[in-house]
Amino acid sequence: MAVRATDLLLSSGDEEHTLEEYEGRMPRWCTGCGDLAILAAVQKLCRDKQLNREKVVFVSGIGCSSRFPHYMGTYGFHGLHGRALPVAEGVKMRRPDLDVFVNTGDGDCCSIGAAHWMHATRYNMNMTVMMHDNNIYGLTKKQASPTSPKGTRSNTTPRGSDLDAFDPLAATLGMSNLSFVAQAVDWIPELLYKIIKQGYEHRGFSFIRILQRCPEFMPNRFEACVQDPDKLLLLTHKNGIELSPGLAKVYKNQKEHDPLDLVGAQEIAGTSERVPVGILYRNDSVPCYEDLRQPTELITPQLIRKGLETELDKFTIWPSD
Amino acid sequence: MPAKNSKVSVVSKPAMAINEHVVEIISDSGEGAQKCGQSFASIAAKMGNGIWTVEIIPAEIQPPARSIEGASGNRIRLAADRVTNGGDKANLMVAFNEQVLLGRLHADELADGAIILLESKWRTDPNAAVAKSYSNVYERLVADGFKPIEVPMETECLKLVADARRGKNMFVLGLLCSIYSLDMQLARDQISTIFKKKSAKIISANHSLLEAGYDWAEANLDIKFKIPTTPAKEPHIVINGNTALGLGVMASGMEVCAMYPITPATSASHYLSDVFKNVGGVVHQAEDEIAACAFAIGSSYAGKCAVTITSGPGYSLKQECIGLAVMAEIPLVVINVQRGGPSTGQPTKPEQGDMLTAVFGSHGDAPKVVMAATDIEDCFYSVITARRIAETFNTVVVLLSDAGLATAQQPCPRPEFSEDWLAPPIDQSPVEDGRLAYDWQLQTGRVNRIIPGQPNGMHTVTGLAHDRRSCVAYNLTVNKEGVRNRSLKLAALQKTLKTPPVFGDDTGELLVVGWGSTKGAIEEAVQRVRNDGYSVSSLHLRFIQPMASGIKEILQRFDKVLCVENNWSDDMEDDLITEDNRRYSNLAWLLRARSLVDIDCWGEVGEQPIKPGTVERVIRDRLAPRAINKTAPNRAAAGRH
Ligand SMILES: Cc1ncc(C[n+]2csc(CCOP(=O)(O)OP(=O)(O)O)c2C)c(N)n1
Ligand code: SF4
Ligand SMILES: [Mg+2]
Repeated sequence: MAVRATDLLLSSGDEEHTLEEYEGRMPRWCTGCGDLAILAAVQKLCRDKQLNREKVVFVSGIGCSSRFPHYMGTYGFHGLHGRALPVAEGVKMRRPDLDVFVNTGDGDCCSIGAAHWMHATRYNMNMTVMMHDNNIYGLTKKQASPTSPKGTRSNTTPRGSDLDAFDPLAATLGMSNLSFVAQAVDWIPELLYKIIKQGYEHRGFSFIRILQRCPEFMPNRFEACVQDPDKLLLLTHKNGIELSPGLAKVYKNQKEHDPLDLVGAQEIAGTSERVPVGILYRNDSVPCYEDLRQPTELITPQLIRKGLETELDKFTIWPSD
Repeated sequence: MPAKNSKVSVVSKPAMAINEHVVEIISDSGEGAQKCGQSFASIAAKMGNGIWTVEIIPAEIQPPARSIEGASGNRIRLAADRVTNGGDKANLMVAFNEQVLLGRLHADELADGAIILLESKWRTDPNAAVAKSYSNVYERLVADGFKPIEVPMETECLKLVADARRGKNMFVLGLLCSIYSLDMQLARDQISTIFKKKSAKIISANHSLLEAGYDWAEANLDIKFKIPTTPAKEPHIVINGNTALGLGVMASGMEVCAMYPITPATSASHYLSDVFKNVGGVVHQAEDEIAACAFAIGSSYAGKCAVTITSGPGYSLKQECIGLAVMAEIPLVVINVQRGGPSTGQPTKPEQGDMLTAVFGSHGDAPKVVMAATDIEDCFYSVITARRIAETFNTVVVLLSDAGLATAQQPCPRPEFSEDWLAPPIDQSPVEDGRLAYDWQLQTGRVNRIIPGQPNGMHTVTGLAHDRRSCVAYNLTVNKEGVRNRSLKLAALQKTLKTPPVFGDDTGELLVVGWGSTKGAIEEAVQRVRNDGYSVSSLHLRFIQPMASGIKEILQRFDKVLCVENNWSDDMEDDLITEDNRRYSNLAWLLRARSLVDIDCWGEVGEQPIKPGTVERVIRDRLAPRAINKTAPNRAAAGRH
């Protein structure tokens, strides 16, 4: 039987990547945890984009949500509580060929890592950041987080927390050099997927706050929103999210919002009684830090020798003869 | 001794030959004493003198004028031969006002009979209080046995320029060129170089000031010295320790330096910020030291080994990140230019107080390599070595320098670049089937790291205890395997280290042990007492962790062992202090534990690097009960513990 040349190759190297390829370890989150939905959306995105797994790095901090990288079939960096962003920046700085994603919790991002968040926004490095906001410290077993609503009973606030919740959307919309801000919820997979996808497609620092259910410690926190579509406000725009007819039918509260409109975004974040879902802000013209700081020449031993010799010349005393 | 007011007549006087001098030039900050001192040192170095310069830096940016704390300037030790430290007290001091001089007097920095050249304009200052203060200090100097020489710096400079404040330093440079018989053509060239960005007019004005200073000294001063020179046969570079660190970073092939400003480390990053881009590198000024360290770790993880440069407080902030790099086995170079601690401490003052923090820092068992640079040249090569070790062993290498080395300048042989210094290009080849993220090798604990971008190598690194696949360890034996292997790596590195050489005889009565920047001062002190017939040697450590083998055996060959360090140790003379409660100096703690030798220690947390004279005194004190034995017999068999 004749063997065709094409059959001599074990693999042509251009097969479709399957969803399974993007799966890593078996998730150990609680049943019903919103993180599972985020994981599913991200794996689907990687598959749809046919990302080369070896070129993708998921960086996280510490928390339930920060276990995320272990569950991906890509490279991952599960680092320190609060420090995911600076690690991710370091990864990206001289490896622009890598796709960088960050998974961080509300404690991780808005409390211990808050300073990094503000500065990461300003650096505007090309990465997709998902802040899994369950309004609680999950991994350490139920302490109030900055985003816990006032009155939240937790192990550190047994009589209810005293302070109004910190608003990450309003905060981030006030930061300098902003380039992408969105809000998603874990219980509407279609929107979750679309929003993360837009974040990924945006070239710059894409910050996505995801309201994430923690049935273990905050079982009722988002229940009302889940049950009652009326509690959400869907932001739609031809340059933002466009709803499928199915969703449009269920979620009647819609607002046409141009992602270029920062003041409008701030108004929505600061004043809306409903939970806004969609792209609040996007500005494609903010330069990325890693681009600004790229080497101008190919780094070779010759370049280093030349640079070093030039420097040494400045300090040299030559023998006079 | 008010200066004679004779007319300028340039007749060179005979010069007195001396072997070395320590010269200080001090002024209010902003009057250019630094520039004068550095130029003076450069000229002397070019002529072939050994030099070592030390910056005298006030704590504030703009301290009040004419204040004791405001003294700013430069100390230059110049000698016939190579010098390895800043030397002892000053033999000649040029002061732009009496208050800054008083500061140096209080700090006991003037040698007996030191020559003092003092700006005389304050004697007739319209402000009576100033004039009074001046004459009081003058009289005090005379009472203390000094013979201050009053120099009308301002008056002379005003003959040439409108603003004497901006020209005095070059006038003083001229004075010093006359006093030390330096080559005036080299001095003119030096001025042309330092003002090369300025107009021809400015350069020529400064040349005139230089010559005026020279002529004035020739006409009015009776002092003239000549320190023999040995012109260098090989090219040398004159740099300070922080520049050496910066050059080392460039030469090591590292591409990323992440930092947050902190004295006295910042100038290394300033220098790199200026030139790193020429070799493709980038300096990232992060939002804080934690971020800087995390950024460097991210970069190293992605295959571009990075360095983070800091000092005490910043070093403390990096501890959690350092533990992560140790745990996840990510190469990282951390440079700590030590300053006086604890807390904000003494930002501009040298101290060797962070050794134990470096060795034991972070939490849990976090084995890391700790090196200490011994001099300026060593700052350069240590960075290259640190990068290499970090990448070979996939671990953290902490390199300790200090505020003394940071600003001290010394000529050292010009390095010859070698491509071996650089990291190999990052591996992006596919990972063979079955290879695990942590393929800990049985003998050495080493791993072959897999870098993002390598097909088939996907895994998630973690700061949690993990197994060979980098999966979170849920069982205890797995954790133990990682702990053991990370520790083993240091033992494997230790096998490659050479036993440090003993300075002096291999055996004897007293062995002085030091580490890092005190090498020059200790060896000079040891040489001095050896010249007097004492049986003293010294040993100097660069690798603090791991520590080379053979050190215990060396210690055991001496009757007494004494650590001399620029850090705190309790003084046995204090009433409350006993063997039971004494807190030892950093290295003494470590060496006692490692060798079981009963090591004594002496330390100083002063304002400056330890002086050879101080070490000499300490050695003589320790040996005081013994008579000098000029013909010490071979003590090879004696004094074993
Ligand atoms: C420096 C440090 N401090 C505290 C902790 C303990 N810790 C681990 S996770 C966490 C909070 C997690 O909350 P969040 O970031 O909201 O993540 P979640 O578990 O809710 O996903 C804390 C306090 C730690 N690991 N490191
Ligand atoms: S504790 Fe909450 S956040 Fe953590 S895994 Fe369980 S449900 Fe998810
Ligand atoms: Mg949380």
